[in-house]
Amino acid sequence: MVTVAMVGIGKMGLSHLAMVRAHPDVEVVGVCDSIGYVLDVLSKYTGLTTFTDFTTMLDTVKPDAVIIATPSASHVQLIREALGRGLHVFCEKPLTLSAEESAELAAVAAKKGLVTQVGYHNRFVGAFQEVKRLLDAGAIGTVSHALAESYGPVVLKPKGGTWRSKRVSGGGCLYDYAAHPLDLLSWYFGEAVSAGGTVISQVFSAETDDQVYSTLRFADSISAQLSVDWSDESQRKMTTKLSIWGSAGKIVVDRQECQVYLRDTAEPPPGYHHGWNSRYTTTLTPPVWFYLRGEEYSAQIDHFVRAVLARPEARGAAQNDFASAAATDRMIEMVLVSASAEENPVRATTTAPPTTKPRKSLFGGRSTKTAAR
Amino acid sequence: MDRLLFGDNQFFGVNHMSEEKARAQAIQFHAVEAIIEVLDVAYAAGIRTFMCTTHERIAEVCDHVRSHPERYEGFTFYPCMPYAHKYANAVTEQGMLGALRQFMPDDGFMNAALRGGKALASKDIEGIVTLLVDAEMKMFAGLSTPVIFLQNVVVDLLLGLGFDEAFSIFSAHVRSRYNAEPGFITMNLPMLLDALDRVGEENPIVCSNINKLGFRVSGGLDAYELALTERRFRPIAMSVYASGAIPPREALEWLHSLPADPAIVFGASTAGHIRGTVQLVEQIWGEPVAALSPVTD
Repeated sequence: MVTVAMVGIGKMGLSHLAMVRAHPDVEVVGVCDSIGYVLDVLSKYTGLTTFTDFTTMLDTVKPDAVIIATPSASHVQLIREALGRGLHVFCEKPLTLSAEESAELAAVAAKKGLVTQVGYHNRFVGAFQEVKRLLDAGAIGTVSHALAESYGPVVLKPKGGTWRSKRVSGGGCLYDYAAHPLDLLSWYFGEAVSAGGTVISQVFSAETDDQVYSTLRFADSISAQLSVDWSDESQRKMTTKLSIWGSAGKIVVDRQECQVYLRDTAEPPPGYHHGWNSRYTTTLTPPVWFYLRGEEYSAQIDHFVRAVLARPEARGAAQNDFASAAATDRMIEMVLVSASAEENPVRATTTAPPTTKPRKSLFGGRSTKTAAR
Repeated sequence: MDRLLFGDNQFFGVNHMSEEKARAQAIQFHAVEAIIEVLDVAYAAGIRTFMCTTHERIAEVCDHVRSHPERYEGFTFYPCMPYAHKYANAVTEQGMLGALRQFMPDDGFMNAALRGGKALASKDIEGIVTLLVDAEMKMFAGLSTPVIFLQNVVVDLLLGLGFDEAFSIFSAHVRSRYNAEPGFITMNLPMLLDALDRVGEENPIVCSNINKLGFRVSGGLDAYELALTERRFRPIAMSVYASGAIPPREALEWLHSLPADPAIVFGASTAGHIRGTVQLVEQIWGEPVAALSPVTD
């Protein structure tokens, strides 16, 4: 049995709380949030022990592990405190808003031998896992390029009242949305070595970004285009999609479906054939003990709980540990820095020739006029 | 409760297998006339129950049925609430309390507004839940709604949190205010049956994934089969084709072979698929859909 304390019960936190409380090997011993409302409701109706102060909670309930689901800017301080007490930590993504601090936290956790995990749930999606298997097996030959896209309806009008609308709280499409495809890219191809051609722009937000586009380069001459927009109302919910081109084939994947084209030169993995193949979540996803909003969320919490329960020497390589999330944070920062470098882009050296276009004259006939230069 | 029910996922771009298919369906059903056309096919095939979310476009379907009572004799709605995305998006944008305030009825009903404000201030969940149910039920006024469902996202969130009391609050309100039976949709059937037992819900109506593949059958197919055999509840099977991964005949024959004989909710967007399912059910169960014995105990 693992005793867990939770901090942050916003939308994601509440889901985590429901899933972890339903886990047969977990006892939730405390819940903490700075806003008392939902806390009071929980305490009144579910019997959970609640706190408004993190330190007081840890002093009182002395858990084995903590789950942190507060706005991103608060992560560093909470994690430092938890690691300092020797607690295992699951934290929502992104790990922190500074690659340097993420690396420092990863180092502290490693030194203390603590289990850490960050909520990049896509790595627990059956379709994205299938891509990892295919790439590791070299199914599409030598990879040259990827397109990583995420779109969804988060900021759909000029004013938003939550932390997501403020850059200092860790809001913004780059940290909140782009982090997901960036994390998948680093899982598949390793940490990026450079970012360029970056555009970070606003659609509705005044203080933060709504769109991120960038070109990333990885080892082995692999490049990737990142295209992310969280003001895309055409999506019912967040969708993340990757297209990957290799010398022997191509993969197109989202959380529901993994489509694979294999050229004649490819050696198809077991169950695959030349031409188009398709694998669906329905068959790629192993069942979970409890389902809420997607198997991947339960699966990642289960992964964390199992790692905590395992003897230290039997723990093995954990998915999404702090070191891996710190790599993603470095990539986020690289994209951010490269955006400011784009203030001096290469400009066109030749001038376009004057264009002529037919214009209707006042008298119904046609005349041509050289467009003003 | 009818044996064969018609669902609405296909009308609102929900497809568990493919986002491409979901988008194609969202385009196909852009106009409410297209939805009604499909419902008419289902009605003509003998289906009398439409199990639907409280998506704002369902209000247009309700208007249509209300204004043509002679064409839809015996037609009933099973509202499934809340339409979760509406709330989820509002929470992302305005935070939890802001979203609650947004959905509290305030349109001229002083009583409701006062009740809402008071309930919010005193963290009175009973007041909040009943007001939200009333807000969602407005579009069904004057129509037959013998069963009202709580959607799985909410049911399973409450279930995980251990918020059992919310189920009985919902149940009591649906019974007293709408003279309807409460229904619960879940992805965690065995666990929910335990919770409903704890709050004294007898012989509840529970809709969950039940399919040969074990797709989204959380806790495992064995636990589900055990629940279907040993527990007293009125089951409705959804995702019987596992979003198209199981061939229809195979899927339905397996379902028919189960010791409990669940009602089935299915979605289809073409006349061919609706008639195909109805014919298969009639062949396998050996009776016309309209005459199939209703689920009563």
